Amino acid sequence: MGHDDVVVIDDVGLDGLIGALREAGFEPAGPVVRDGAIVPGAIRGVGDLPRGWHDRQAPGHYRLVHSDDRRYFAWAVGPASWKAAVFPPVQEVWRAWERDGALVVSEPPVAGAPMAVIGARPCELAALAVLDGVLGRPPVADPGYETRRERAFLVVVDCAEPGGSCFCTSMGTGPAAADGFDLALTELDDEAGHRFLVRAGTDRGARVLSALATRPATDAELGAREDLLERARAAMGRSLDTDDLPGLLARNLEHPRWDEVAARCLACGNCTSVCPTCFCSDVRDTTDVTGEVRRTRTWASCFDLDHSYLHGNAVRSSTRARYRQWMTHKLSTWWDQFGMSGCVGCGRCITWCPVGIDLTEEAAAIRASDGTFGPGSTAAGAPTGSARVAP
Amino acid sequence: MRPVLHRVVDRRRESDDVVTLALEPQGGRPWPFRAGQFHMLSAFGVGEAAISVSSPPGDAPVVEHTVRDVGPVTHAMCTAPPGTLVGVRGPFGTDWGIEGAAGDVVVAAGGIGLAPLRGAIHQLLASPRVERVFVVVGARSPAQVMFGEDLEVWATRGARVAVTVDVADRGWRGHVGLVTSLLGPLEYDPARTSALVCGPEIMMRFTARALLDRGVEPSRIRISLERNMQCGLGWCGHCQLGPLLLCRDGPVVTYDGAVPGLLLERER
Repeated sequence: MGHDDVVVIDDVGLDGLIGALREAGFEPAGPVVRDGAIVPGAIRGVGDLPRGWHDRQAPGHYRLVHSDDRRYFAWAVGPASWKAAVFPPVQEVWRAWERDGALVVSEPPVAGAPMAVIGARPCELAALAVLDGVLGRPPVADPGYETRRERAFLVVVDCAEPGGSCFCTSMGTGPAAADGFDLALTELDDEAGHRFLVRAGTDRGARVLSALATRPATDAELGAREDLLERARAAMGRSLDTDDLPGLLARNLEHPRWDEVAARCLACGNCTSVCPTCFCSDVRDTTDVTGEVRRTRTWASCFDLDHSYLHGNAVRSSTRARYRQWMTHKLSTWWDQFGMSGCVGCGRCITWCPVGIDLTEEAAAIRASDGTFGPGSTAAGAPTGSARVAP
Repeated sequence: MRPVLHRVVDRRRESDDVVTLALEPQGGRPWPFRAGQFHMLSAFGVGEAAISVSSPPGDAPVVEHTVRDVGPVTHAMCTAPPGTLVGVRGPFGTDWGIEGAAGDVVVAAGGIGLAPLRGAIHQLLASPRVERVFVVVGARSPAQVMFGEDLEVWATRGARVAVTVDVADRGWRGHVGLVTSLLGPLEYDPARTSALVCGPEIMMRFTARALLDRGVEPSRIRISLERNMQCGLGWCGHCQLGPLLLCRDGPVVTYDGAVPGLLLERER
């Protein structure tokens, strides 16, 4: 990329960008502090962004800390991803009612103005690309998903301060924004001041950018970006060895580690509700007193017993089977189903697990005694060692 | 995900808890399907269930589904009188691959597993490349033997048909035992045999094993699998079986590959 492609704005410029996107018909949304966490929310300008906030993350641990840091984006990801912006947690599929003896079935239009997302992380854009592979896959693309996805304007920010649960470098999804954005920002704050490097990833991104007052980035600023990314890569809280990872898990479906982790897992589904790629949904019909029938799609979790319900019983009745389904799906069978990893390394499932189960640790434990317990093994069932549960 | 309205034009009882519904689309012809594929059927106000098509592909003005009364949706289906409007989405999933069938074909069904095979058997008997068709059917009791008229028609059209029940009654003069006990005496040529199997997973596993032991290629044994299905489009995630999304990669899959290690026993 040449120097001409990277320009510089300050926070007044960022405010102008948000205003310009609103003028263009987008509903600006970005990270906001709510209920002790940084989560997506509606924003009017830079004043709503989490300036000075940092997060401290570890397995089962998330805390916000405030400082006099001038930066707006000096934190990792919070519990809620941008998934909900393109794949709402509850959506109406159709409703049907009787009129003059005939049944009328009506599908709702895609509601709301297009969204402009300010301040998504590279791992979150990677998660959207994963969802594209599931819900945006012709010829059976989800039309509501496609519409929301195509019209959303995405402004990504390079990740400067990864959290204790992050491992995007292992998954190749960060900390730098590579593609999938309309505009990409890098937030710099040094002797030369607080400012953003901006580059466009799409024509419409370039058009919006051209209307703002900018100046070209200097060599020093481009170098500062490289330094920032290098520090971020070194600061990853976790790592995951992805070498033949799909094969590793596929040949260890009867590994005793599944029993060990099942003894700690509460099957609460927190990991699935914070995951930016989990796409499972329940399709349910309800009827109101007038007889109108409404079909809805609602986010679902493979940790629910009902998820695998099949005439009278759940196929995956044990926590062991359900944890194994979740983890092998993310890291192994997603490749078979969609030709890509289902995990982007955001670390949310680790931070938000109430008992601190860490899938990078689970995968490493299986790798440590790889190949001993394949599908044909009879060694299944006996837990080895003591489970890490409180007495 | 919008269903097409169909009217129930005929309801035929197959056994004490199984009925066949003939559905006619409102203002049109049935959408083309292949034997082995399924539809998502909606009982309005109750819900939706995945049900295989049980009539053969062709020009018929109606499409048939054979439903066992096992839950709220299937109960509503089984008790829907002619004239009822139901919703139909699909067809979804893979089929039995009848176009490629040749030589000997063994069709093994357990219980309501005969329903998704019914259309396939009609097609096999009409196929010039298929030499012999062996149909083995198992049911819990004589009263549970479905498609009695079809079994007779298939036999007169040249199929070798054998029926067994788990538990006989006074009037039963036929075979008693598992479906696999019917497979042994069949004079198929394993080297030129393909098999279509549908029934409970344990039945399919033992049937496949018996066929494999005789030398049938695993890639030529097709089984039809079932999981919780809620969308039919690969979006809802409920029908996963290891690497497969069964609404998309199934319900009909070949017996080779990863599947044998992943059937119900391994997933619990």
